[in-house]
Amino acid sequence: MHKRFVSIWFRYLLTDRLTISRKELKGKPFVYAEPQRGRKVITAVTAAAAKYGVVEGMTIADAKVTVPDLQVFDAKPGRNEILLKGLAEWCLRYTPYVAVNLPDGLLLDVSGCTHLKGGERPFLKEIVERLQDLGYDIRPGMADTIGCAWGVARCAKKGLIIAVGEHRNALMPLPPSALRLPTDLLIKLHNLGLHTIGSFIHMPKAVIRRRFGKDMVLRLYQALGQEEEFLIPLKEPVPYNERLPFIEPIRTRLAIETALKTVLDTLCKRLYSDGKGLRSAILTYYRIDGKRGNIEIGTNQPTHHSTHLFKLFSLKLDNVAPGLGIELFELEARVTETVFEKQADLWAARPGPDSEEVAELLDRIAGRVGNKNIRRYLPAEHFWPERNAEPTGSVTKKPVTEWRTDKPRPMQLLDPPEPIGAMALTPDYPPKQFNYRGKQHVIVNTDGPERIEREWWLDKGEHRDYYIVEDETGKRYWVFRSGHYDPDKTQHWYLHGFFA
Amino acid sequence: MTAKKEEIIAKLRQEIITWEGFRPPAEGTVANFGLGPVELAFPNGIFPTGAIHEFVSFGPEETSACSGVIAGIVKTLLEAGGVCLWISYTRRIYPPALKMFGVDPDRVVFVDVPLQKDLLWVAEEALKCDGVAAVVCEAHQLTFMESRRLQLAVEESHVTGFILRKDVRSITANACVARWRVTPRLSRLRPGMPGVGYPQWQVELLKVRNGNPGSWNFEWRHRQFQPVIEKRETEKRRNYA
Repeated sequence: MHKRFVSIWFRYLLTDRLTISRKELKGKPFVYAEPQRGRKVITAVTAAAAKYGVVEGMTIADAKVTVPDLQVFDAKPGRNEILLKGLAEWCLRYTPYVAVNLPDGLLLDVSGCTHLKGGERPFLKEIVERLQDLGYDIRPGMADTIGCAWGVARCAKKGLIIAVGEHRNALMPLPPSALRLPTDLLIKLHNLGLHTIGSFIHMPKAVIRRRFGKDMVLRLYQALGQEEEFLIPLKEPVPYNERLPFIEPIRTRLAIETALKTVLDTLCKRLYSDGKGLRSAILTYYRIDGKRGNIEIGTNQPTHHSTHLFKLFSLKLDNVAPGLGIELFELEARVTETVFEKQADLWAARPGPDSEEVAELLDRIAGRVGNKNIRRYLPAEHFWPERNAEPTGSVTKKPVTEWRTDKPRPMQLLDPPEPIGAMALTPDYPPKQFNYRGKQHVIVNTDGPERIEREWWLDKGEHRDYYIVEDETGKRYWVFRSGHYDPDKTQHWYLHGFFA
Repeated sequence: MTAKKEEIIAKLRQEIITWEGFRPPAEGTVANFGLGPVELAFPNGIFPTGAIHEFVSFGPEETSACSGVIAGIVKTLLEAGGVCLWISYTRRIYPPALKMFGVDPDRVVFVDVPLQKDLLWVAEEALKCDGVAAVVCEAHQLTFMESRRLQLAVEESHVTGFILRKDVRSITANACVARWRVTPRLSRLRPGMPGVGYPQWQVELLKVRNGNPGSWNFEWRHRQFQPVIEKRETEKRRNYA
């Protein structure tokens, strides 16, 4: 496939932007200026000001002589880059490869994209018309090389689409300034009488290098396609991504679901053939009014089941605001991993926690309540009750040590332990009765104490002496006395859990 | 003639019971829950798996007791493989304690649902999933419609669901197959011995669809349920000195 590039030149980028936001400035001459060496120098002009001969680099004083009602605004450095980035993101609807071409242009790699709008001419026409509708004065150029497209956009009188292989002929009548050369070199070429590219295109490479430097050779040969040149795309393209443009903008949920299914099917087919599964994906939708939004999903295990992924997305479809209509879907698989196809267990009645069904179920639940709310616990080698079970987010992790069963533990644990008023016969005896939430419990049976020492390397504090106590009605509690008995201390006893 | 009629009616009754989800278990899949007399209270004398059981509790102590009984049943369900989902909005359950009732805590996935309205959504999704052996859902309220939805979900997937209602204010009608209430009982000790005995409960079946409600006492001993039979006072208490 031939490489095709589009270069868009914004002739009055900064001033056009201001006119868009402030309608009353339309057609008025105004400029942006910034102070340089004690003078105010013009950095951007409008078409109306340019008509009077006002150009960039003039001082304000000079310009005001020719245009007395000239309005002056303060220029902000780096403003054009921000604007171009925004415009480049807008252009992502036409091609995934868009680059910002400072100071005043965009470069699009449109290879294999133009047929989506029915050919190169309608494709370019749509871009131009929509940018002009926004209020920008632009000139596009389309050619086989970046250099040629750039030159055609800025210098060609007509014929802005250069057919495949015609770029050499198209460059011939253009002035040397179409080659992205520095100003001093352009002056030198002008002084030598080389007014068109055609006048030096036939010179041997060695001669050009000797006389004009290697920069000129590079630019000339880049424009001719004999030297490699790369776009630095605005957004790193993801290896697994799918785009689905719509001929008619879609708005209904049914249409969105159908489109989502289509785009998921294509992506999953690709993932399946490569033996990959996705862990995280993002669906970006582009609306016709220039806005866009996205929905994101994640999975516990790499998967390429389009029905499962569709279910995950459909949980979040409520967040999609189609507005006047969506014209493009872009699905990106952010993280992919290799899938190990498991041989189906023929004999086991039900699969384990790492089975596909369970993983898919947990994905759906995570989509609703968040991943941090799904936990499994693995045994941890700690005596302290609060650290006995270690939470893990993983579904597949296996326990390293055994669960302890030598000491009874309560079914429910209060976190933190609740202070209770308890009464014991002697300080280091189990309690005889205690009050919890205004209710008195008389203890008949007790077991203990079980002393659990504080893990001093983790936190400071006193040890606990645990008792299992049973009241008259058979309710079983886990209570402890914090530290040794100390007559000065008021609070000794805590309730920590309820036994089954 | 009348004998024949009764026969037909009995047969039809049996069929209705089968349609309602109490089917006789397939060959070789009989699970023994060790609940002896409680199992006999259900139609066909089989503990219904693939159904929703409601546990009501009036306080944290009873909730713990219910959790213990549920864990004891889940232990048997997990023997066939699969996972258990424990869904709650304010979770106090202490995973290591499940091991006491024979459930490997690492085979239980705990889902904390911050919003009440998501609770039953998560439960329904889980009950529809084939790879899940049991779902325990700690809920506060359960309306008839919600319970009906859950019941419909399990009829397809044959997952066993337990709704553990905490701090119940009122008992309302619902579509669950049985309503349980478990209250802790004073544990038994050998006379004169100190300490606390095996956990003991009074297990009540307040409502059983097509079955016979009743009340039984159970103890968790040697990793299984043991019915408690009150010993008769055979010997007159002797008066020492």
